[in-house]
Amino acid sequence: MFDKILVANRGEIACRVIRTAQRMGIRTVAVFSDADEGARHVAMADEAYRIGPAPARESYLRADVIVEAAVRSGSQAVHPGYGFLSENAGFAEACAAAGITFIGPPPSAIRAMGSKSAAKRIMEEAGVPLVPGYHGEDQSPDRLLREAERIGWPVLVKATAGGGGKGMRAVLDAPSFPGALAGAKRESLASFGDDRVLLERYLARPRHVEVQVFADTLGGAVHLFERDCSIQRRHQKVLEEAPAPGLAAETRMAMGRAAVAAARAIGYVGAGTVEFLLDEDGSFSFMEMNTRLQVEHPVTEMITGQDLVEWQLRVAAGEPLPAAQEALSITGHAIEARVYAEDPTRDFLPSIGRLDHLRPPRESAHVRIDTGVREGDSVTIHYDPMIAKLVVWDTSRAGAVRRLRAALSEYQVVGVTTNLAFLGAVAAHPAYRAADLDTRFIDRHRADLIGEPGPASDTVLAVACLDEILRRATDAERAARASADPHSPWNRTHGWRLNADYHHIFTFVDDGKFVRVVTQYRPGSVLLELPGGQVEVRGSRHGLDEVVADVGGARVRATVVRSGADRVVMINGRGHRLALFDPDAAEERDVGGGSLVAPMPGKVVAVMVEAGTEVKKGAPLLVLEAMKMEHTVVSPRDGKVAAVHYTPGSIVADGAQLVTLEPVPEEG
Amino acid sequence: MSVLDTTLDPQSADFRRNAEAMRRLVSDLRAQVATVELGGGERARARHTERGKLLPRERVRQLLDVGTPFLELSQLAAHGMYGGDVAAAGVVTGIGRVSGRECVVVANDATVKGGSYFPLTVKKHLRAQEIAAQNRLPCIYLVDSGGANLPTQDEVFPDREHFGRIFFHQANLSAAGIPQIAVVMGSCTAGGAYVPAMSDESIIVRKQGTIFLGGPPLVKAATGEVVSAEDLGGADVHSRTSGVTDHYATDDAHALRIARRIVSNLNHVKRPQVEIRQPAEPLLDPSEIHGVVPADPRKPYDVREVIARVVDGSDLDEFKRLYGTTLVCGFAHVHGYPVGIVANNGILFSESALKGAHFIQLCAQRGIPLVFLQNITGFMVGSKYEAGGIAKDGAKMVTAVACARVPKFTFIIGGSFGAGNYGMCGRAYSPRFLWMWPNARISVMGGEQAASVLAQVKRDAMEARGETWPREEEERFKAPIRGQYETQGHPYYASARLWDDGIIDPAETRTVLGLGLSAALNAPIEPTTFGVFRM
Repeated sequence: MFDKILVANRGEIACRVIRTAQRMGIRTVAVFSDADEGARHVAMADEAYRIGPAPARESYLRADVIVEAAVRSGSQAVHPGYGFLSENAGFAEACAAAGITFIGPPPSAIRAMGSKSAAKRIMEEAGVPLVPGYHGEDQSPDRLLREAERIGWPVLVKATAGGGGKGMRAVLDAPSFPGALAGAKRESLASFGDDRVLLERYLARPRHVEVQVFADTLGGAVHLFERDCSIQRRHQKVLEEAPAPGLAAETRMAMGRAAVAAARAIGYVGAGTVEFLLDEDGSFSFMEMNTRLQVEHPVTEMITGQDLVEWQLRVAAGEPLPAAQEALSITGHAIEARVYAEDPTRDFLPSIGRLDHLRPPRESAHVRIDTGVREGDSVTIHYDPMIAKLVVWDTSRAGAVRRLRAALSEYQVVGVTTNLAFLGAVAAHPAYRAADLDTRFIDRHRADLIGEPGPASDTVLAVACLDEILRRATDAERAARASADPHSPWNRTHGWRLNADYHHIFTFVDDGKFVRVVTQYRPGSVLLELPGGQVEVRGSRHGLDEVVADVGGARVRATVVRSGADRVVMINGRGHRLALFDPDAAEERDVGGGSLVAPMPGKVVAVMVEAGTEVKKGAPLLVLEAMKMEHTVVSPRDGKVAAVHYTPGSIVADGAQLVTLEPVPEEG
Repeated sequence: MSVLDTTLDPQSADFRRNAEAMRRLVSDLRAQVATVELGGGERARARHTERGKLLPRERVRQLLDVGTPFLELSQLAAHGMYGGDVAAAGVVTGIGRVSGRECVVVANDATVKGGSYFPLTVKKHLRAQEIAAQNRLPCIYLVDSGGANLPTQDEVFPDREHFGRIFFHQANLSAAGIPQIAVVMGSCTAGGAYVPAMSDESIIVRKQGTIFLGGPPLVKAATGEVVSAEDLGGADVHSRTSGVTDHYATDDAHALRIARRIVSNLNHVKRPQVEIRQPAEPLLDPSEIHGVVPADPRKPYDVREVIARVVDGSDLDEFKRLYGTTLVCGFAHVHGYPVGIVANNGILFSESALKGAHFIQLCAQRGIPLVFLQNITGFMVGSKYEAGGIAKDGAKMVTAVACARVPKFTFIIGGSFGAGNYGMCGRAYSPRFLWMWPNARISVMGGEQAASVLAQVKRDAMEARGETWPREEEERFKAPIRGQYETQGHPYYASARLWDDGIIDPAETRTVLGLGLSAALNAPIEPTTFGVFRM
């Protein structure tokens, strides 16, 4: 076994690997970019090396620098985590050349699976079932269109080198094919340095079921059962579970056998995942093989009781697999929810910012949190906006879903918009609870899961007002205790007036609109004039930010988290964001219209218009790349471009004005 | 410990009758105040708010720390005067918390005759400044006024306690280190321009506030120049060019927020110079005072029943309990603050006056604030008492009251007649605050007494001339005198003329006193030097 390993990654997976290594008595070396100097993985490791500026291309993707750090630190092996260099055969070779063990498959296996089209050919030869598709080398648009017509619409365009949904487009018909193809190629080139694509039949209601395989250097190969990763948004997984619900025992065994056959076909070593599409009729077909540890590996660990990172280390050190196939079994049910800094109401656009307040649910035998961030850290443009993986386990799927809902409702994040409420909505959805899963689950139930952002409910407003009142009382008491006049009746905040009653008007900004709540102070309670009518409210605060309120006779337990003027009222796991109106900020609010601003920080990759171009509402103006995803900025109205403020390659800040539009001149 | 006991039964018919009578008075008071709070009537209010301006009480609300008390002063100023429609004399004044600090707020009500200054507006403004001076409270002026009321200019402009005194006070308050802050939320014309100009820091609201010595009509008449009010003296002129104002606000709410920031930066630490104890609520419910005070003012009652419902733990350490028993003196605490209580419990005799003078000296010596509960028909009369020197004993008490420099608080809880008013720290004796209960009466003597005295004088003259005066004619003679005293001695009449700082619900005595005490402790307690006590 190794004495010291270098973890060539960041975030939660780096922390995850370090945790197992520490448990096994292996010293760990972290690497970090300028942006990650204070990151959790750096703090956890025994040593850490700076490897370059924040952009991944200049740090976490710099194989040479990382190998050098491994050599300098005396590491015997490198764990690549997932993403970054984890499926880069060149990196694996560079490690080997430097005499360092790459904790992963041999470069030949990475290469074999790295090209999706080559992978499919190999699988076809090994007798693994495939989806109809085109995996050819001829990448001319005409050929691709012909192949798409042959496969039959709808067709999925995928980056050959890709993964994780990047460079992937579903195309419904021939006319939209060229645009989608160009986008997929551009994204693929930006993400993987390779713009080749493959085409596949797009199944109507497929489930994404993948099998965890493991092989050692001694010829042993096993599978650790399957995971269902059907709940996806933008082709990226958000909720994964193991085992796949409702899977027939024979299908499970067939998939497992096929996966092991696939691994053997390429001389695989280490952890790998064979992804299948499972059709409604129970047939399955090979999609791709990921030659690394998957993000969602914890659900497999939870149901098998195995530590897959330990398996990786043992296999890499030349040991046999820790368990034979017969010794592996499934116990209970596990679900992983990926907690992201993203805005479900804005098509899951990443949300950048500082984690001003971060309180995950308490870990237990049933709840596991894999995270790489701490309160005060920032979610930046440079890396994946994942905050944590919340993993729950129980003896049954229903139990696991219940635990998931409870844990999600306890999860508190302020500072960035998160998908917590969205995850909670998925977990609570009847279709999810009935395990009626497929990869378009989110699209189909979008209205239930995201809905309209909508105005704050009366209950939310009532809790927000009560919290303001109670916090002021607490603040006044604290200030009084610290003063030389601690018992002064001036310290009281229950609204005393001479020969008159008192009211206060709390003004909130809710989704850009002002909401005024007239609050009549009564002895021991307040009477609120809410949009839905008058409600008497009373209550108390507990701990840091909990409010127990009686709202018109109904008992409400809520958490009100504040960050500056922002308030997030969380009731039953659903958060509603409000801002207390601040007259000081009034000056800044006077912003003129007629401009288009960047929805988030990013890089301009394409500009479709120039000064003088007349555009219709909805016309694409430019393409912004951020968080490795492309976002097309479209015209909000008909107009004429007065100025384009950036050229391709420019880095823009959140809120930067990109294009200025002016009205179209009247004709005649 | 000497906890006061009660002999009253809240279930008794008397008690309930008393409580009912007082509740009627209190609810009438609240109704009067509710009317006053509306200010200048619906149309004036609508015109005001349509221009994006907040009403004066709303301005005060947004200025103060949310939910904290506001001790409004003289709510019924000018009540029934000037034709009866100058609500609160056109200006809201009071003490309130701004950024954690007690401040005096003076807010013009432009919905009342354009916020112009009537004689009582001036008096109320000056009284607020006097309170600021005595208690060292920062002043915040929310200015929105057309200046002096021209039809009453002879009662507003020329004399010592008239309009000019406002600026005299501003200069001298500032000189004494008492911050002067002006928020210009409407016009500040002519003399009014000096309110912001004389302030330490001033704020002006864009498109609302204007400051000029002469308005556009006057400028046009004088020089022919045609200029808009905004261009002549608006926020941009004064914040960017003239420097008359220091802060530029986009609206009322923004201006008030700036004012709060200014106060938060005053760097003041309040250091009360008294020993503060852990407060305790009275053992007897303060709201029971309603039932304690007899509905018939001629009926005597034990003032300790009131004290027991005001002071911490109903605990009073009486001084000379067995001597001069018509005056109750003793030490107690209110909201944790030490106080010396001087309360009438009958007519004043020589002994009671001597006891009072002694007790006031004790409090002055020890730096303990004094609280007077005034319910006095006067000093005892008659040859025995004159010969006993009641005049010089009364004088001792008046000297002690006049000279004592500890904070003094007077509540007129019943009658305030004759020299009793002086000995019990009437308005002329500069208590920090003077409040009346709605059942109180104030005049040189009681109405019945005045009518009888005048009738006696007339009867004596007629009988000397050998005439007779039938009883029914004497009654006809006395009735209008009684009527005059009843009108002029009424709390509303008194409060309208600022003989007091306001009328309060008796049940609120403890709260009001606590607020007053805490406010007063912003100023150091000065040592007292007494005048000659005639022995």
